[in-house]
Amino acid sequence: MPPAVMEKGGSALAAPSLASFVKTRVRKTNLGDFIFRNITLVFAFVVFSLVFLIAYEMYLGSREAIGKFGFSFITGIVWDPVNDEFGALPYIYGTVVSSLIALAIALPLSIGVALFLSEMAPRWIERPLSILVELLAAIPSIVYGLWGIFVLVPWLRTTVEPAVSKSFGFLPIFRGAPYGFGMLAAGLILVIMILPIITSISRDVLRSIPRSYREAGLALGATPWESSKIILSSGRSGILGAALLGLGRAVGETMAVTMVIGNRAEISASVFDPGYSMASVIANEFAEAIGSMHVSALIEIALLLFLVTVILNAMARLIVWSVARRFSQT
Amino acid sequence: MKGRELYLYRWRKVKDKGMASLALFCVFLAVTPLFMIFFYTLAQGLGAINIDFFIQMPKPVGEAGGGMANALVGTLILIGLGGLIGLPVGILAGIYLAEYGNNKFADTVRFFTDVLSGIPSIVVGVVAYILVVIPMKSFSALAGGVALGILMIPTITRTTEEMIRLVPQSFREAGLALGLPQWKTTLRIVLPTALKGITTGVLLGIARAAGETAPLLFTALGNRFWSTSIKEPIASLTVFVYDYAKSPFEDWIQQAWAAALVLILLIFLLNLIFRYATRGRYGEQQA
Repeated sequence: MPPAVMEKGGSALAAPSLASFVKTRVRKTNLGDFIFRNITLVFAFVVFSLVFLIAYEMYLGSREAIGKFGFSFITGIVWDPVNDEFGALPYIYGTVVSSLIALAIALPLSIGVALFLSEMAPRWIERPLSILVELLAAIPSIVYGLWGIFVLVPWLRTTVEPAVSKSFGFLPIFRGAPYGFGMLAAGLILVIMILPIITSISRDVLRSIPRSYREAGLALGATPWESSKIILSSGRSGILGAALLGLGRAVGETMAVTMVIGNRAEISASVFDPGYSMASVIANEFAEAIGSMHVSALIEIALLLFLVTVILNAMARLIVWSVARRFSQT
Repeated sequence: MKGRELYLYRWRKVKDKGMASLALFCVFLAVTPLFMIFFYTLAQGLGAINIDFFIQMPKPVGEAGGGMANALVGTLILIGLGGLIGLPVGILAGIYLAEYGNNKFADTVRFFTDVLSGIPSIVVGVVAYILVVIPMKSFSALAGGVALGILMIPTITRTTEEMIRLVPQSFREAGLALGLPQWKTTLRIVLPTALKGITTGVLLGIARAAGETAPLLFTALGNRFWSTSIKEPIASLTVFVYDYAKSPFEDWIQQAWAAALVLILLIFLLNLIFRYATRGRYGEQQA
């Protein structure tokens, strides 16, 4: 009988010293087991340390820019590689605005789809529909960009933007010439791109809510929609997590945004005007960066993107996990 | 029920139906872009796809025809290099998580795998630039491969873990009861059982990497000529689409659509295969 073999992880890590751990472990278990387990452990550790490696390398790469500009890197609006003057505010603004436009539209849509998938749709509709929504996530970013340039942008320029500015032109956000390329185009393309992730996580969250919640509502005479409201409010924090994940996607999205946002480093109130995003400036300038300060400044933008997305993802995962855990216990 | 009560009851009924239709409308809005993109790409791309497209080199501006043989081969080389990094790390880490993963450390690794999958691909490109392009003093296929490899890791790790977890516990017990050590049980019984799922999951991760553009722009760079050296800049389908989409030439744009169509079809196909291969087991898990 191999008594120690069935034992799962845990205890091993708590062992007091490496030497005694190796001794007892090797004696108690098979040598092959010891080797195999530790090889896989090393690779698990590689995955874990990769995140730190990425952070560290980017910190090293951007030290020059961090040292010279400090906080003014984030507040400066001049980006002049020729004179080594770097302020990233227009790019940060573009990323924030396009992502928020995307989230504002994608979130309600995703909740609607998730509700339909988890509460209303019969199984034979639900499965293929889920697959369709997930296929949307599988389309490469570059294809969205291509479609954006040749279909979405012309449509915005000739149809949507003139019509909107005619009726709502008194609002500063809808003022200006209809270029097509601009914040609105970037926001709309991002809607399509982040919708699948928000939908699929919201759907999983809603599904994890116990059946008894629905039955309780219905038994009290609530209509299906009224019972769905109970479900939605129980799943609120999970949906928040899904929204944060979607936001993280939107912030880091590069190709599609670069192709439709217009790539002009200006801060403008109107969503019709061209803008620029953090990821886009890296994509456009990195290969042809002039001088080490330019490279360093671009790496600092990448570092900022990294920090923002890591924080958003970490928060989202913790929220989604805690929701899943709560309902799996009840 | 009468008067105000009846009115309220009916109002609630109407609201219920209204909200249901609204949800249905959301579904319609969400799925429409998929069909629009797919059919538009199909319509635009199909015309430019022929044998030449796959076996010819890009022609200079003004000459008709030509293909993207170098980009196809380039993409294959890039995902091959990526796989050399992504596969061992992803699969072995996945095995650890599935077979030895009931501890705090494994939970931490899972968490960081998720965090890693959320890091924008362009950031990974920047890191590959720092790690490979700067020391080698040149853009190269190798740098692109490193970027794609890092991007593959989270998908491969999580799919491997999930697929191994689907193998029933009794299989492991059977192996152990016959006196096999645990590592042999894992390698000879558990892995072969999960192989179909792992393979398709890995293909999915590779397909996703093949669709990446941003991390290649300043690592593999792109190349209009034939190159298979891993130390030289190399062409790829996605960068090819990007360059051609920005060009003012009608036939280049046509070719960009064709390349986009090839990418979409490849990725959809692998997705559907993955669905099909893992279909039954997911069903059991849900029931």
